[in-house]
Amino acid sequence: MSFQPIKFYQTGTFTVGNRLLPPEQRSVQASAKRFNSINSGHRACQGCGEALGARYAIDAAMEATDGQLVCANATGCLEVFSTPYPETSWQVPWIHSLFGNTAAVATGIAAALKVKDQGGTRVVAQGGDGGTTDIGFGCLSGMFERNDDVLYICYDNQGYMNTGVQRSSATPPAARTATTMAVGPEPGNVFGQGKFVPAIALAHDIPYVATATVADLRDLEAKVRRAMEIRGARYLHILVPCPLGWGTAAHDTIRMARLAKETGIFPVFEAEHGEIRAVLPIRRQLPVEEYLKPQKRYAHLFGKQPHVEVIARLQALADRNIRRYGLLEQA
Amino acid sequence: MEKPFAITLDPGSSLANRTGSWRTFRPEYVDRLPPCNAACPAGENIQGWLFHAEGGDYEAAWRALTDNNPLPAIMGRVCYHPCESACNRQNIDAAVGINSVERFLGDEAIKRGWKFHPSAQDSGKRVLVVGSGPAGLSAAYHLTRLGHRAVIHEAAPLAGGMMRYGIPKYRLPRDVLDAEIRRLVDFGVEIRLRTKVSNVLEALQDGFDAVFLGVGAHIAKRAYIPAGDASKVLDAVAVLHDMEGAQLPDMAPMLGRRVVVYGGGNTAIDVARTAKRLGAEEAIIVYRRTREKMPAHDFEVEEALQEGISIKWLSTIKEAGEDDIMIEKMALDDKGFPQPTGEFERIPADSVVLALGQDSDLGLLENVPGLVTDKGLVQVDAAMMTGHPGVFAGGDMAGNERTVTVAVGHGKKAARAIDAYLRGKTYAPPPKPELATFERMNPWYYSDAPKTVRPVLDIIRRQSTFEEVLGGLDEHNALFEARRCMSCGNCFECDNCYGVCPDNAVIKLGPGRRFQFNYDYCKGCGVCAAECPCGAIRMVPEEN
Amino acid sequence: MLKQIEGSRAVAEAVALCRPEVICAYPISPQTHIVEALGELVKGGALAPCEFINVESEFAAMSVAIGASAAGARSYTATASQGLLFMVEAVYNAAGLGLPIVMTVANRAIGAPINIWNDHSDALSQRDSGWIQLFAENNQEALDLHIQAFRLAEELSLPVMVCMDGFILTHAVERVDLPTQEQVDAYLPKYEPRQVLDPREPVSIGAMVGPEAFMEVRYLAHAKQMQALERMPAYAAEFKAVFGRDSGGLIHTYRAEDAETIVIAMGSVLGTIKDTIDEMRLPENGGHRIGVLGITCFRPFPHAAVAAVLKNSKRFIVLEKSLAVGSGGIVATDVRMAVTGVGLQGYTVIAGLGGRAITIKSLRGIFEQGMRDELERVNFLDLDRKAVDKQLARERTIRRSGPIAENLLRDAGVVAARNY
Ligand SMILES: Cc1cc2nc3c(=O)[nH]c(=O)nc-3n(C[C@H](O)[C@H](O)[C@H](O)COP(=O)(O)OP(=O)(O)OC[C@H]3O[C@@H](n4cnc5c(N)ncnc54)[C@H](O)[C@@H]3O)c2cc1C
Ligand SMILES: Cc1ncc(C[n+]2csc(CCOP(=O)(O)OP(=O)(O)O)c2C)c(N)n1
Ligand code: SF4
Ligand SMILES: [Mg+2]
Repeated sequence: MSFQPIKFYQTGTFTVGNRLLPPEQRSVQASAKRFNSINSGHRACQGCGEALGARYAIDAAMEATDGQLVCANATGCLEVFSTPYPETSWQVPWIHSLFGNTAAVATGIAAALKVKDQGGTRVVAQGGDGGTTDIGFGCLSGMFERNDDVLYICYDNQGYMNTGVQRSSATPPAARTATTMAVGPEPGNVFGQGKFVPAIALAHDIPYVATATVADLRDLEAKVRRAMEIRGARYLHILVPCPLGWGTAAHDTIRMARLAKETGIFPVFEAEHGEIRAVLPIRRQLPVEEYLKPQKRYAHLFGKQPHVEVIARLQALADRNIRRYGLLEQA
Repeated sequence: MEKPFAITLDPGSSLANRTGSWRTFRPEYVDRLPPCNAACPAGENIQGWLFHAEGGDYEAAWRALTDNNPLPAIMGRVCYHPCESACNRQNIDAAVGINSVERFLGDEAIKRGWKFHPSAQDSGKRVLVVGSGPAGLSAAYHLTRLGHRAVIHEAAPLAGGMMRYGIPKYRLPRDVLDAEIRRLVDFGVEIRLRTKVSNVLEALQDGFDAVFLGVGAHIAKRAYIPAGDASKVLDAVAVLHDMEGAQLPDMAPMLGRRVVVYGGGNTAIDVARTAKRLGAEEAIIVYRRTREKMPAHDFEVEEALQEGISIKWLSTIKEAGEDDIMIEKMALDDKGFPQPTGEFERIPADSVVLALGQDSDLGLLENVPGLVTDKGLVQVDAAMMTGHPGVFAGGDMAGNERTVTVAVGHGKKAARAIDAYLRGKTYAPPPKPELATFERMNPWYYSDAPKTVRPVLDIIRRQSTFEEVLGGLDEHNALFEARRCMSCGNCFECDNCYGVCPDNAVIKLGPGRRFQFNYDYCKGCGVCAAECPCGAIRMVPEEN
Repeated sequence: MLKQIEGSRAVAEAVALCRPEVICAYPISPQTHIVEALGELVKGGALAPCEFINVESEFAAMSVAIGASAAGARSYTATASQGLLFMVEAVYNAAGLGLPIVMTVANRAIGAPINIWNDHSDALSQRDSGWIQLFAENNQEALDLHIQAFRLAEELSLPVMVCMDGFILTHAVERVDLPTQEQVDAYLPKYEPRQVLDPREPVSIGAMVGPEAFMEVRYLAHAKQMQALERMPAYAAEFKAVFGRDSGGLIHTYRAEDAETIVIAMGSVLGTIKDTIDEMRLPENGGHRIGVLGITCFRPFPHAAVAAVLKNSKRFIVLEKSLAVGSGGIVATDVRMAVTGVGLQGYTVIAGLGGRAITIKSLRGIFEQGMRDELERVNFLDLDRKAVDKQLARERTIRRSGPIAENLLRDAGVVAARNY
């Protein structure tokens, strides 16, 4: 992993800060002078993981580029809650164009900056999973393929949240959404569909692909930092739980991300030039139920008669991730 | 730039939108009582002093520690550390080695010559303290801090009470004891040695405004054992007391090759281990009940067994002869009480040492009006005051839990009560905050860190010398151990709340100054409280 | 410098003289030669500094242009037909954000049925997108309009679409006067964006605007186009001063001063119309008082200028290469609005859809009919009535009547049509 876990300073690197660490080793988020790229007063739901993930990531990118950063943003919750006229929460140069074109807009910005600023200023594109894995996928793939100097960040909350929680290609099987209702013989989203864009990004052989969650801040920041050291197309896929869409308590946002990682449901890894370099190993493995149960979108699995076979299938998917990415091997 | 209307906006302007109005629950910072602190009989703020130690500021740690307990080097050796038994970290790996860090700090203070800072303004009041055991020393120390003149009258030739005349050197080296007592004297505590108080009310007349009694419990309890003239039956308190007087090995008590110790408390263990060190080939402890029921701490039993001491469980001594004793086997009844079985056994013994507990010598309290005793214990109220106004008591003479730590706690509490008494007030202990239970914490955030094991003296030297058995931690280890502390219920500035707030509604006030909520923007999601590792944030419903 | 070159090449060189900084392109006939030429200029280093980006779709092309423009680069792209439709969402967005992108549309029909040949359906489908739309009559004007387009776009902070007829202009080799770099530099100042993504002065571009301000935003877009209407003649005049040519502006007239009948059209067909009129004006052909009004600027629509030309005439005939299906003409609608209340007789002639040749003979026939007021309100030039009737009859009788285009081709005896 590109970040050095601190062996042991009271809390190691699990907490946001650690007063015992030398300042240069502390997280960006621990700094009283952090950028707060997205300011208070935004209209995200209580406990929104996307709002948090965006601040984590963009603050880290700001730090890495010494504030020489421009952001492009897809339509979606992040855009809507941050920039309703007449107020914006962004403190960085920021543009929203459309839902499906963010990667291309960022390409344009990068091209302009190359000409005008000799590439001193860098670009981050950001969008939700819908804006990334579905409607914006063509532009994303094009940006990857051309190896444009853009870091694209997908804030994956596993559904079209802004429009009222519909299914996207990042919605996991069995999850209830407004378009995969928990009715009929196979309630919730069906098995055997959907795509994992980080793997597709890998297939583009771009210089950098990584996943992260809002539960592992140090890892997330290190990945943004690493990404900003590299030129060319880079992709960071961040799992950001959505209390509204997942039906979880507002205070459980980080816990849900942690459980996703600890159950193997969401693999956290890092790859350079098409090869996986490191994974964030599972620290205390848990069965998927621990992750599923607190979420109302899986409530239909836990009625009077729990759908054990569906839970087993989800466990099998987690187990496959564990095998595929070696999530139980120690770093 | 001249911005296009509405579609292009000024940075960060959402500050105009006070999302705090969304809140139905409000986070609040709290300081909860860590279980270690709650369990500490001396009322130490363990989490508080560990906080400084974690940062490597040992002097600050030591000062925070000695706010409550003036004897850390002693404490770090003889305390039975109920704090560790209560430590929340047991739920993760093992309790924090609080005691070993305390000892490190105590030793560090001695090594570096740290002194207590001069205390509050002189109140002009004088308080008599009877006895220089831990209770008396603690009371005198705290009284001095509070601005009163504390004068200790001590019957013995040296100060320290049972810490000197009871606890053996291999557990508490005397230079450590001396150093901590000397520091108290330097601080202004006056100790008058060889000054026995035989009538407390009379002694009070000598210009004292109040008295604290800490005379301990020094009279050995006896059991009736038929014994021949030639048999050698001694008591543990006397044996250990004589050890202290024995400057040369040949002045040590003569116990013989085979020593039998009767009793099951820590004193029994200490006597047996002492006998072993004095050259006894066999040291056998005879105890009525089982190991589980033994009042001695298990680790002490373990250490004794390691050193070759044997223990006869479920046995009583029926008679003592010239070179042997007869024991009767016991069996536990339904209620767990030992009952005789009528089965006997003789075992060789050159001497029998009785370690069956002690009573207090309360001669000095005769005719004190209002003072009540019960089963040999002086009765005190919540402010450690006896039934006679101005006469306070603590330590072994006033409680059933007889440890150095309890005595120190009594001394402190009494000193504060005496202070109030001298000012014409009644002492009200500060209210205790809610307990910082493990359930309130988020243990995910603590990285794995197994407990550091203290070095132990090699077994040969343990069996033949009075060198200290348990070593101390070096700085590296002590620091590591301190950093294992999870700071239960008390903010340790990990920045989690500051970092995890999706609304940037936590203000970081800077090192040592913790954080503040910005209720203008806090939506009350509660992520901060959920992710606070140590449970120092609570969510309370908003009114209306 | 006079040069005998293909229209696409001429436009490419004109664009290059404007020093664009980001060019993005996705191929579609008949736009391809323009961007190919530009690509070559960039790759060869003749056009520098400039980023030439081969994007994955027209949607991306416009999006890249949006990003580049917002970041302060002079941005250009070109497309046609399906490509324009594919980028529509971004087309509107560029205008809404007020980004001065210049785009060439090599006008081509829209499918289905797929058709690569010229008409104006593509550009006119975007008439309400907020872009300024200019139509070139010939290659010289196409070239000139691009230079003016950058000036106009950047002054007003609005995107400009320069429309030139696919194949008819793009692929025609004609003699054009290519200006010098000095001339272009003198005319076109460095791009000073009105808003820009700049870390030194961060702004949020593209906020979500609710009912409380949306009307105003739209009104301002309209007001800006109205401003363009005022400024364009001035830019054209300035252009003339630097380049010595009449090019651009809102409209062009030809022999309209004394005309009773005025034919209105856009693009290259104006040439054929002028020839037709010259012929009709000959005394031996009746000496008809017929003239021409060419619309260069379709958006904003020059209502006043059009009305001024038409006010002394008796009738107008709008000949347009577009069809508002279910209504009639598109250009005609605007013309009619311009002369509301004037009481003129007006006809719409839909012509040349999908590249159907527009001949002088047919034009003369229909104009003469018009002058006799024998036209319908909406007329279709050279429509094969028989074929249409046959298909209509087929549909009346057979439920599964099959695909229309294939039926017509079969009826016409064409075995297989080529698709592009
Ligand atoms: C062998 C042994 C080992 C122990 N080990 C431990 C241990 O490891 N950890 C632990 O926490 N506890 C231990 N204890 C218990 C602990 O020593 C006592 O609980 C503690 O010392 C009690 O303190 P105190 O101040 O009440 O009394 P003491 O320490 O007994 O001090 C009382 C003092 O008062 C003096 N005094 C008595 N009467 C008068 C008078 N009339 N006038 C003047 N002075 C007088 C005495 O000389 C004595 O110095 C041990 C006890 C023994 C016997
Ligand atoms: C072209 C287009 N189609 C659909 C929409 C409607 N829309 C706006 S946001 C959104 C959902 C966004 O989902 P996602 O990208 O996952 O972001 P989230 O809101 O979940 O963060 C949709 C469907 C749109 N704005 N544009
Ligand atoms: S719906 Fe979900 S993603 Fe959108 S603001 Fe609410 S919590 Fe955030
Ligand atoms: Mg989403």
